[in-house]
Order: sequence, then structure tokens, then C-alpha cells
Amino acid sequence: MHFTNTLRVALRALRRNTLRSLLTALGMIIGVAAVITMVSIGSGAKAQVEAQVASLGQNLITVMPGSYSSGGMRGGFGSSVSLTPEDADAIAAEVANIDGLSAEVRDRNQVLANGLNWNTNVNGVGPDYPYVRNWPMESGAMFTEQDVKSLGKVCVIGKTVADQMFPNEDPVGQTLRIRNLPFRILGVLTPKGFSIFGSDEDDVVLIPYTSHMRRVSRRTSISMIRIQAADADKVAQVKQSVEDLLTQRRRGREPDFTVRTQEELASAATATAKTMTGLLAGIAGVSLIVGGIGIMNIMLVSVTERTREIGIRLAIGAHGKDVLTQFLIEAILLSSLGGMVGVAVGVGGSQALSSYNGWPVLVPTTWIFISVAGSALVGIISGFYPAYKAAQLDPIDALRYE
Amino acid sequence: MSPVVKIQDLHKIYESGEVPVHAVRGVSLEIQRGEFIALMGASGSGKSTLMNMLGCLDRPTRGTYELDGIDIDELDRNELADLRNQKLGFVFQGFNLLARTTALENVELPMLYGRHRKVSMEKIRERAMHCLEIVGLANRFDHFPNQLSGGQQQRVAIARGLVNEPQVLLADEPTGNLDSKTSVEVMGVFQKLNEQGITIVMVTHELDIAKYCRRNLILRDGVVVRDEMVADRTIAEEEMQRIKAAEAAAKLTHQAKSGA
Repeated sequence: MHFTNTLRVALRALRRNTLRSLLTALGMIIGVAAVITMVSIGSGAKAQVEAQVASLGQNLITVMPGSYSSGGMRGGFGSSVSLTPEDADAIAAEVANIDGLSAEVRDRNQVLANGLNWNTNVNGVGPDYPYVRNWPMESGAMFTEQDVKSLGKVCVIGKTVADQMFPNEDPVGQTLRIRNLPFRILGVLTPKGFSIFGSDEDDVVLIPYTSHMRRVSRRTSISMIRIQAADADKVAQVKQSVEDLLTQRRRGREPDFTVRTQEELASAATATAKTMTGLLAGIAGVSLIVGGIGIMNIMLVSVTERTREIGIRLAIGAHGKDVLTQFLIEAILLSSLGGMVGVAVGVGGSQALSSYNGWPVLVPTTWIFISVAGSALVGIISGFYPAYKAAQLDPIDALRYE
Repeated sequence: MSPVVKIQDLHKIYESGEVPVHAVRGVSLEIQRGEFIALMGASGSGKSTLMNMLGCLDRPTRGTYELDGIDIDELDRNELADLRNQKLGFVFQGFNLLARTTALENVELPMLYGRHRKVSMEKIRERAMHCLEIVGLANRFDHFPNQLSGGQQQRVAIARGLVNEPQVLLADEPTGNLDSKTSVEVMGVFQKLNEQGITIVMVTHELDIAKYCRRNLILRDGVVVRDEMVADRTIAEEEMQRIKAAEAAAKLTHQAKSGA
């Protein structure tokens, strides 16, 4: 039979049982809508985590000291004291394709100003730090290379510190005392919010790392070096160059540092979101399978109920193939129409969730195609057996069927 | 002219039960174009089995069957389906129309299969409408089977049987589910078609229905025991007029009685 005729016959058959067709398609609609909604919630969560990772800075590479080992006792990563400001200078001088670089020394101190005190993170960094962290100033300016060289007693403060120490006035130009040394406040950083690890990023005071090492913490090593590669393609190459350079500078000693890229960090952070999405999609997929079984069930009932019809068709000249195609098309029409409506319901549902609950929701286009194609596939799989059964009927038996 | 149906020593044995059933035991038969045959016999005489084989729905166990010069023994399942589609028209006892499908769409059905695959929907519709006109139901084309009387449903089924211009129209107890007046109506349609040259073979167990045909075959225990031309044919038109007159008379008497 000509395909358009088969399509017409299948459509007529579905129209003859409108309510049943709608109820059958409902299984598919719910399944697909569930898949779309679940995946949208999952992708929304993933996108949010990715945005937080991106807020660390772009194309970032971090160098951390290795673990410290003494007499059989081993410290964790960063416990070694091997990373020096000279390492940072060497990287800046010798590695190509670097956009920005900042050494970093971390500490916690009690700070005083304005008759108030506050315990906060006091970090020694370089002048590139706001650039590398993609963290612009809200007011004032970052200290300069000159301040680093001259061990300047200057600082910039995060939003939380500004709010705690100077609730009613502009902190820029004021003095902050760290270990009883006066540091002039040059600027305030824009609020950055919480990090992916849950700590308040804005609870920070930044001072030149040289001042930090000599005047505040009296350390000889730095906590880490942050490097920004010129662009995303260069990250791997920069990482390799940094590793080579530092290894060379160690002159054959055991490498006592680790170099990590942001991608590695990001993949760890998004892994949870991915697992979550997979889990949600899995649950939704089960409902899709249930929808498919519903279609198969109805098609089997339909074949039994329409045995006489099949007999008539076979008697007046339908080939087994014609009957097979007809029932298969009916199943595919049911499931893919259900799938398309399901996509609409799912997209609408995700939007509703996002506006009602304020959840970050992202409808991925690929999943829309996957859902529609998947529902058509479910139609083919669940429709094939009933259709095959119908095609194999003997016309005489089918005509006699009561 | 060569016969449209040529059967030689046809046997059908059903092996499905514990004891094989020999339903048709050697039937030889020739049917010429334009014939109008009634196949008669008691139940179990093998007439339905013979009819199924004539309709190419079933294959004989032994013997040969040539339809319009084609030996059906050499055809596969799909070729048999095409043969049924192109050379045969079917009219069943239970009408066998598709429910919730209009009269016109029911008549179109055979044209959706077979060699008509490439025919446009307009042509198909036109042809189906023409066949409904032949059976006098053109004005009911958009009615569903449950909106039609038994006789009308059977006429739709006849239109469906005619739509592919078959060599033979096969009718299996076409009046079995109809009252006597509607039976006359349906037989009238068959007689009219036969006069236009269409070959008709019908199964019936009613003698008065068989009298509308030109030739009567009687089967008993799977063999033809009598094959004769009908001497005093009933003509449906005359019979109809007689019934109408009788009805009118009955009403008249009834009215006269109530008037008195």
C-alpha cells in the first residue's frame, strides 16, 4: 500500500478511538514531560555550579606546594614549605602565554579599625590578583607592583570586612591594623558571595604578599601561585611549561609541588551535579518505559479487538506488510505525538518550577530531540510485536473471530 | 470463451483435530463469465470450505484451481492477496463493514491496497461514489454502518465488492442476516449486477433465495450431487411488487377493519 494511504488508514483508526488514543498518549506525555523537567532541573543545577567555578577566574592554573614528609610522617598537599616567591617570579619571567599571575600567602588574623575588631582571612597577594580571580574593585584601586616591591603597608578589603568594620562610612583611605601595624585601605572589592566550598569569599583582607611574609606572617614560603593562561587552548601548554620550569628549578630533587587546572577542579565540582542529572533522568526514563508498556498493552488489546477488521483487510487484498505498517504507524503516531506534547508540558513545567520555586532551570535542546526521538523509538519497539501478531493472522480465522 | 473458474478434482482435508476431516472430496467445476450460481447444501456439506477455496482464502489439499487462467497453487501469500484484491469481490453474511467508518470509506478500502497504491485519493473517492450509486446508496455515503439498516449495510458491502471491478463476486450467505423483504432487495441488486455481466457465486441454504440465481449446485458430504439450471427463476422486481401489493392489501384490510 502507498505510504500516505497507510498513514491515512492509521489516522482513521486512531480517530475512531479518540479517548483511548488520548489516554494511551498520556502515558507518553507524562514520561517525556518528566524526563524534560528532571533534566532541566539537573542541568540548571549543573550550570549554577559551573558558573561558581567560573567565578574563580578564567583559564586558571594553580600551583600548590607538595606534601611535607619528615621521619615517616606525611603532611597533606600544601604542607610543604617549598614554594617560594622566586618560583612565582621565574614563572612570570619565563613561561609564555600568561595573562596574569599572583603569588598567594594565606593566614587568619584579628584586624582592628574604627574601634571595632574582626577575625578574618588576611591574604598576601600580587597586584594581578583581582584580574586573575576575575574580581573587580567596587571602589578605590588595587595596590601596585611598587607596593609589593616596597613592602607597602596598604590593603584592599572584601565587602564583608568593609561592612563589619566600617558600617557607616567609606573605608577607602581609612587605616586597618593587622598585628598592630597600620595598613592604609586603598579599595573595596565587589561582593563575590560564597565559594563552591561554602566559605564567604568577601571575608578577606588583601595585602602585598611581600608585606605579608615579612611583616605579618613571617613565612618564607607561599601558599600557592595562581596563573591565568592567555586563552583556553593554552591552559595545557602553560601547565606543562610551569611543571617543567619548577622541576628544573628543583635540580633533580623530588618534585614537591602540584599544578592543577581549573578544568580539573570544575570537573570534580560538576561531577555531583552530573550524577544528580543522571539519577533524575534515570527515574524519568523509567516512566518513559512504563508509557511504552502502556502503548504495547493498548496495541495488543487493539489487535485482538480488531481481529475482524484485520481479517477484512487481509481478505480484500492487504498484504501482511500493509497490516504490520498500519499498526506500527498507529503506535509510532501515538507515542511521538505524546512525546511532542510531553516536551511542551515538560518545558512549561520547568519554567513554572523556575518562576515559582526560583530554582535554576535550564532546558537543554538536545534533550528535547532525544525525548522526541526516544518516544518514537518506544513506539516502534512497543508497537512491533502487536503489529507483527496482527500481520500473521490467517484471514479465515480472523473473519470468523467473534 | 475460457471459463473464469476452472476446478478439477478439488480436495480439502483438515488435519487440525485428532481425526482428519475430509471436507471437500473431489469437486470439479467450470464457471463461465456472466453466470449466477447458488452453492447449496446443509451445514457440514463443505460449501463454506469450497467457497473459501474459491475466494483464494484457503488452499486446496489436492486438485487444481485456475482463476481467470491463473493457477493459484503457484502463488505465495502476497500474490494471493493481490489476486483477491484484483479479481474477486467479497460479500459476507455478517456484512463485515469497518465500524465507525463511513460507507464511502468502507467502499474505498479495497482500493487502498493492491495495484491501486499509486491512484490518487480523488480517483478513489470518485470510483467509490460510483459504486455506491450502483447499489442506490449514494445519498448515504457519509453514514456510519450503525446508522444504516441491515439491507443498506449489505448493499454497502456489495459496493465494496464491486469497487475493483472483479472477475467474480463471491457472496457467503448474503441474505442470512436479513428479513425476507430486505433479502429480495439485496437479491435484486445481485440480479441487476448479473444482467450487466458480472459473474456471481453465492452460498445459501435457502431454496427460495437460490431460485433468484441461474444455476444451482447442491453439495452433500463434500461432493456435488446436483448441478442444474434454474427453470422458473424468481425475478426480484416482480417479487418486490408482489410484496408491496400484499403489504398494501394488508394495510387496506387493517384500515377496513378499524373503519368498521
